[in-house]
Amino acid sequence: MVVDSFRYLPRTFRPLYEGRGPFPGEEESVWTPFEKRLAQSRIALLTSAGMYLKSSQAPFDLEREQTNPEWGDPSWRAIPVASTAGEIGVAHLHINDEDLLADPEIALPMNLLGELAVEGVIGGTVAEHLSVMGFQDRSLRDWHDRTAPELVAHLRREAADGLILAPA
Amino acid sequence: MPVLARWIEAAGIPTVTVTMMPSVAEERLAPRIVGVEFPFGHAFGMPHDGPMQRRTLELALRVLAGASRTGTRVDLDLEWPVPVREAYRAWQPKEPSPIVRKMLESRKGS
Repeated sequence: MVVDSFRYLPRTFRPLYEGRGPFPGEEESVWTPFEKRLAQSRIALLTSAGMYLKSSQAPFDLEREQTNPEWGDPSWRAIPVASTAGEIGVAHLHINDEDLLADPEIALPMNLLGELAVEGVIGGTVAEHLSVMGFQDRSLRDWHDRTAPELVAHLRREAADGLILAPA
Repeated sequence: MPVLARWIEAAGIPTVTVTMMPSVAEERLAPRIVGVEFPFGHAFGMPHDGPMQRRTLELALRVLAGASRTGTRVDLDLEWPVPVREAYRAWQPKEPSPIVRKMLESRKGS
């Protein structure tokens, strides 16, 4: 079965995504081999659903996006594995957040990944997973210059062997 | 997001991107891709459906650890259990996003 990539995308948006080729400056392939066994590996998750901790973190900046519709908050949040659904907020103007708030696992399956660690399928998980807000300025300059290096530094501190990214 | 995956991969951390637009991730040269035919916001499946989320996550782990070359794409053979029209409406925000509002306004004005 081959997934229809545009099944849920409004037709008017399709030309924004289809047939555009590589991102400018990103025409070469990249590859880092996964060398360990999964059962000895520490795995991290990253969601772009704009999740944040309501009690201790600022939401992604939606007010600025309201006044500047081409801009999206390029910052990131660390989400501790023990965070519960009630502690997680969603700041993302491009999706309905009802299901995400009811069950954050649909975008950031931290509990499920923890279960797989207990079962020995993977070696373990990082202590804090990652969250960004997926709607970004087309150039992705802030993500490239600041966010990506910070995410990499976090993953290295956590000794992550692999990352599962899930766009919202 | 496929571009973010590339930057992290290039820094030495293997990645897999679980996405509802796998052909776009392929065009953007994401290193490993799992395609899901799920509505936006639901990369791992239906809320509170543990078995469905587990099948998605396990496939992501298999592709992360087992893909032998860059550009590997494996699609998940699972059907969304809600009729497509209903699911199409349900994933969208209650208010149009600022950029969509701007597009609609400029269309009206032209």
